[in-house]
Amino acid sequence: MAKYVLKRVLMAVLTLLIVTCLTFLLMNAIPGNPWLSEKTPTQATIDALNEKYGLDKPVIVQLGLYLEDLLHGDFGVSIKMQKDRPVLDIITSMFPVSATIGVIAILWAILVGVPLGCLAAYKRGTWVDSLLRVICTIGISMPGFVVATILLYLLAGGIPDWKIFPTIFVGTWQSYILPCAALGFYPMCYLSRQTRTAMLDSINQEYIKTARAKGLKNRKIVFKHALRNALIPVITYLGPQIAFTLCGGFVVETVFSIPGLGRYFVQSIQNRDYPLIMGTTIFLAAFIIVMNLLVDLLYKLVDPRINLSKGGN
Amino acid sequence: MEEKQKTGKLLEVKDLHVSFFTPAGEVKAVGGISYDLNYDEVMGIVGESGSGKSVEAYSIIGLLQSPGKVVGGSITLEGEDVLAKSKSEMIELRGNKVAMIFQNPMTCLNPVYTIGNQLIEALKAHDKQVSKEEAAKRAMEMLELVGINNVEKRMKQYPHELSGGMRQRVMIAMGLICHPQLLIADEPTTALDVTIQAQILELMKELQKKTHMGIIFITHNLGVVAEICDKVSVMYAGKMVEQGPVDDIFYKPGHPYTMGLLRSMPRVDAESYERLIPIEGTPVDMLNPPEGCPFAPRCEYAMKICLQKMPPYVELGDNHRAACWLRVQDQLNQQKQDKTADTSKEVSDHE
Repeated sequence: MAKYVLKRVLMAVLTLLIVTCLTFLLMNAIPGNPWLSEKTPTQATIDALNEKYGLDKPVIVQLGLYLEDLLHGDFGVSIKMQKDRPVLDIITSMFPVSATIGVIAILWAILVGVPLGCLAAYKRGTWVDSLLRVICTIGISMPGFVVATILLYLLAGGIPDWKIFPTIFVGTWQSYILPCAALGFYPMCYLSRQTRTAMLDSINQEYIKTARAKGLKNRKIVFKHALRNALIPVITYLGPQIAFTLCGGFVVETVFSIPGLGRYFVQSIQNRDYPLIMGTTIFLAAFIIVMNLLVDLLYKLVDPRINLSKGGN
Repeated sequence: MEEKQKTGKLLEVKDLHVSFFTPAGEVKAVGGISYDLNYDEVMGIVGESGSGKSVEAYSIIGLLQSPGKVVGGSITLEGEDVLAKSKSEMIELRGNKVAMIFQNPMTCLNPVYTIGNQLIEALKAHDKQVSKEEAAKRAMEMLELVGINNVEKRMKQYPHELSGGMRQRVMIAMGLICHPQLLIADEPTTALDVTIQAQILELMKELQKKTHMGIIFITHNLGVVAEICDKVSVMYAGKMVEQGPVDDIFYKPGHPYTMGLLRSMPRVDAESYERLIPIEGTPVDMLNPPEGCPFAPRCEYAMKICLQKMPPYVELGDNHRAACWLRVQDQLNQQKQDKTADTSKEVSDHE
């Protein structure tokens, strides 16, 4: 077990290294530079800025220097969006906001999605199943900003004299509800569909017949024997999804004006804020790697057949 | 383990009809079969795939899956009408009075729970008062009874850590933990190696002697039947074509299908160049069963009447009957002979 984790950590470091190099090279391949805006500075200013932030050196040298800094835990400073503020500082102050909304969103997605999936499987072919299928298909196929906009319209002022929640994020508990609902809707629908499929698969297994022949009650057959086997594919999906949701949904954060990490992913690229692009990308990559490792360890808890020590990946 | 021995009728099935209502039409999987099973008796149900042998057994224990439905007949277990029972009464019956073991021990145990957990669960389903320690003790006793060693360790193991034969032993232990009166074994040895098959059969025979339960043994393997059964029912296309004590079925088969089955079975004493004789043709399309005897299209002795009317049962001996027009013919000939014998006797008496 310890050996397995160690192996995975080494693999993770290697993966991160590759991600870092690839991102760095691709980022530099995008045309344009951080200094372009409405008022284009003079060439002398640009040269001076390039020299200040080390952008005048060849890309390979820049990459080497960046990696060296990274080894010292230095992610550099933002060069455009929040000038000269350390990237690490931006991430650590923005991440908690995104993570809080993300955790609530993913929690409700699990707590509602999995039972709804069980219900759909249990009532297969009835109107309950059909209704859930329609809702989930809508949830999976509808973009996040549409969900967010509909919620805003219905519950935050679109209908006269009917404003329950604030339109923009102000930090009160009410202002968490709409963003969490919008962010968790997609994973909820997806989870529910996946649970339904997995439940139907496991309910047709022979051990369910054995459980019935033993004279177990229906509730016990579904929740003890079928559900635990059905959870295995569900967990697979959850790992990366948690990482994405916690790092902030760009769309939802933009619609609700939430000061989270999500918008930095997109805006840092638009602004060519090189150190910030690198910082957010490495952070997300590391987070996904950690979640995947956790998922693999969790498998072992749910399914005793999985042997981590023998070629575990 | 030794129970006070009961005698007499344990199970009585009368004119049972089971149908599956599929989109393509009604499939009469079981079309009117009847038999009795006494305590302490082992009955084999033999037939090829799709002959309705499993469906018939599932209806006894109430495990028929939709769209299957019992549409006629009666099942009486220890004097109680099984078909009249409510859902919760059936749950109480399953595993308690009637236990069932299945064909494939590799997939019949839940892979994510320990052997101990699954055994104790079976006991607790019917004995709510039993304490944890007591249940664990009973479970370990059962494992020992089915010939598993090192039981304390086995209780904590998962199914994938045991071999197929071992898992089937666990399945048997699980079936017997509540001391059922009736055990339905649905091809319990089919998925096992031949050597393991023999061990499992030996074990079942031994347990049956100890517990005096009735066993319904579903199989397509006549060798297994000869090994363990007291009597045999041969099924074809949802009908019981022949029924009788095991020796009668083997030495005096009355139905051409039974004869065909016996001929297609490998024999130890056969010469090496002898080939097995298969039964020609394919099983019946159950959606459109032929009129008359379902076996007639494949039967080498088929007569005109076979294609038109289902033959009645003809008694061939003690508890031995077959549904075949040939036997009806025999019977008529016999009666004629008896009559001529009688008349000639009468004539000679007269003289």
